Amino acid sequence: MIVNEPNPPGSAATAPNETFVLNLGPQHPATHGVLRVKMTMDGECVLRAEPVCGYIHRMQEKMGENRTYAQYLPNTSRIDYLSAMTYTHAFVGAVERAARIQVPPRAEYIRVITSELNRISSHLVWWGAFLLDLGGFTPLLYAFDDREMILDLLEGITGARLTYCYYRFGGLYNDVDETFLKGTRQFVLHMRPRLKMYRALVTDNVILRKRLIGIGPISPELCRKYGATGPVIRGSGVAYDVRKAEPYSVYPELDFDIPAFPEGDSMARYLVRMEEIAQSLRLIEQALDKLPAGPVMAEKVPRVLKLPAGDYCYAVEAARGRFMVRLVSDNKEIPYRVKLRTPCLSNLSLFEEASRGMLLADALALMGSLDLVIPDIDR
Amino acid sequence: MSALFSKLVSLLDTEPYRLVVAVVVIVSFVALNAAYLVWVERKGAGRFQRRPGPTEVGPAGLLQPVADGLKLMSKQLIVPAGADSTLFRAAPLMVMAPVLMSLAVIPFGRGLAARNLNVGLLMIFALGSINVMALMLGGWASRNKYAMMSAARVVSQNVAYEIPMLLVVITLAMVTGTMDLNQIVLQQAGGFWHWNLFRVWVNPLMPVTFLIFYICMLEETNRAPFDMAEAESELVAGAYTEYAGMGFGVFFMAEYANIVLGCSLATVLFLGGWQSPFGLLPGVGWFLLKMYFLVFSVVWVRWTFPRTQFYRLLNLSWKILIPVSLFTLILSAAMIKLPAMIKLLRALL
Repeated sequence: MIVNEPNPPGSAATAPNETFVLNLGPQHPATHGVLRVKMTMDGECVLRAEPVCGYIHRMQEKMGENRTYAQYLPNTSRIDYLSAMTYTHAFVGAVERAARIQVPPRAEYIRVITSELNRISSHLVWWGAFLLDLGGFTPLLYAFDDREMILDLLEGITGARLTYCYYRFGGLYNDVDETFLKGTRQFVLHMRPRLKMYRALVTDNVILRKRLIGIGPISPELCRKYGATGPVIRGSGVAYDVRKAEPYSVYPELDFDIPAFPEGDSMARYLVRMEEIAQSLRLIEQALDKLPAGPVMAEKVPRVLKLPAGDYCYAVEAARGRFMVRLVSDNKEIPYRVKLRTPCLSNLSLFEEASRGMLLADALALMGSLDLVIPDIDR
Repeated sequence: MSALFSKLVSLLDTEPYRLVVAVVVIVSFVALNAAYLVWVERKGAGRFQRRPGPTEVGPAGLLQPVADGLKLMSKQLIVPAGADSTLFRAAPLMVMAPVLMSLAVIPFGRGLAARNLNVGLLMIFALGSINVMALMLGGWASRNKYAMMSAARVVSQNVAYEIPMLLVVITLAMVTGTMDLNQIVLQQAGGFWHWNLFRVWVNPLMPVTFLIFYICMLEETNRAPFDMAEAESELVAGAYTEYAGMGFGVFFMAEYANIVLGCSLATVLFLGGWQSPFGLLPGVGWFLLKMYFLVFSVVWVRWTFPRTQFYRLLNLSWKILIPVSLFTLILSAAMIKLPAMIKLLRALL
């Protein structure tokens, strides 16, 4: 009944023809999108898990070469739809760096506030979906309840709930209003006790701890080998964060910690994200206190942007890791090349090596702890 | 009018009528429970998750199970190409039938049992084993890798958990001295301190045996946190992956019917069945109250805890539940024989 396929070369299978290939996805509840993982299994044991990408490839980079900078701007919200703010930040940052546009401080502070709100909402979605992977349905709805408040706040100033396109070259689409500022303060006050409740309800649950502690250990070497960033590398004990390593925007003026846990298991990655929510709240509170008055748009931003010929990079810390935009301009209205360095592709790449020999349920817990967004992998 | 009624009741003593009435009552009880426990589950899940649950179909969504049932019935039962058609079709029936038969010996109230067997307890566990085989065959016959893996899980899981469950039941049979469920309930008359759950003078570990029974019951019914057979984030829908329409519907109903059976059994064995907790007004209402309280706790557990891993589940059984239940068995055997031993020793000295 089970069709036996020949073992892949280099497979660890000791008994030939005792293995089978399990096609996980592209439609599978655990892959959260159209990711396909070709798993060579020995019973419940994963011998080899080979991710197959490309099911939602939309040629985002090629599109960049056919559009003006302003026309390409909305695309950046749609690469990782869960952290649209930070992705737009990287693109406008690269263009501003190239065109030498000075962004007013108020705009930069609002960028930090909205980016951090976006990071929290992204981590909340991850938290709910991860618990769903582990078989706990209820946390998802708790997380979405809190996320709803963030979406309402951002909808009020940007008009969109998911793909914001709020940052513009030289500043912002519009200034924030009193409702947003008040609502954000209220959200911070609301979220802190919620985090405590999440700890009591979920993080300290014995079943969850047993499912995550020691499961899917990833060494810092493995992270470096595949270029993993974000909570994945911080869960391996390396406190690498673009906000500190390559400071951008007004992050150097704000006080925050980079949570890192040396264990490297799924629990460490879980704790990193939960701690990051707390740190983001801290950042938002500080940025609100320091928010200067003034314009939110730079003066004299040319209507049609023509970047001087050259090679420009801008990296940001997105919710899933280091996102970098590289623009190569040949002094035309349309960039010569747009390269997007997305975190999820690197984070997924280590899955094959890290999941070797794990049980199916544990391998899926590991995959969930990597926090993959499939359009970000395929772009 | 009352003459007619007593005539009808006396008809129940004659065999063919009793049979027909029992079959009709049990089938409708199970079907109604299965349908409305889905509603309870969805409403309960909704409340636990700060949302209202079904509200659209009928008042408070009460007609939702009817709508669901109609939808499932209107769908085709697709047999996958290359699947074993006979086994594939037989599996849902084989899951449902043992539950219905088991309910025949459950005493819902005084004299309210379809059949008063003196080995009722044994019969329930004999029939309960068929359930596992049916799930395994369903998974195996589907010709689906996920279903196959689920079938393998179901078997090893159920083998692991039937042992502590049976050890607990043997303990109970020793304590009560009978396998007749009606007798077991009658023994627990006169207040909650007479329930087997609190019979600590016979075996001080009686509450622990109830806990073991409850965990095994959760596991035998494949409920969270032990829902390895249909772990949706790993095995899509496990053994049910290829089932469509009423094939899936019957599996689903059987799951709830199994919960009702498991909770009924727990009520009868540990919580005094239809006996009142204060010795007043014993009746079928108490039985239903206790049973539905247990059913609610099962729903509660499902929406609170994440799923455990497969090997931890087996470890829990082999390393904790089996030794503990074995110990309670030996302990209660010793406690029962203690007076006789003392007597013997006195006679000897």
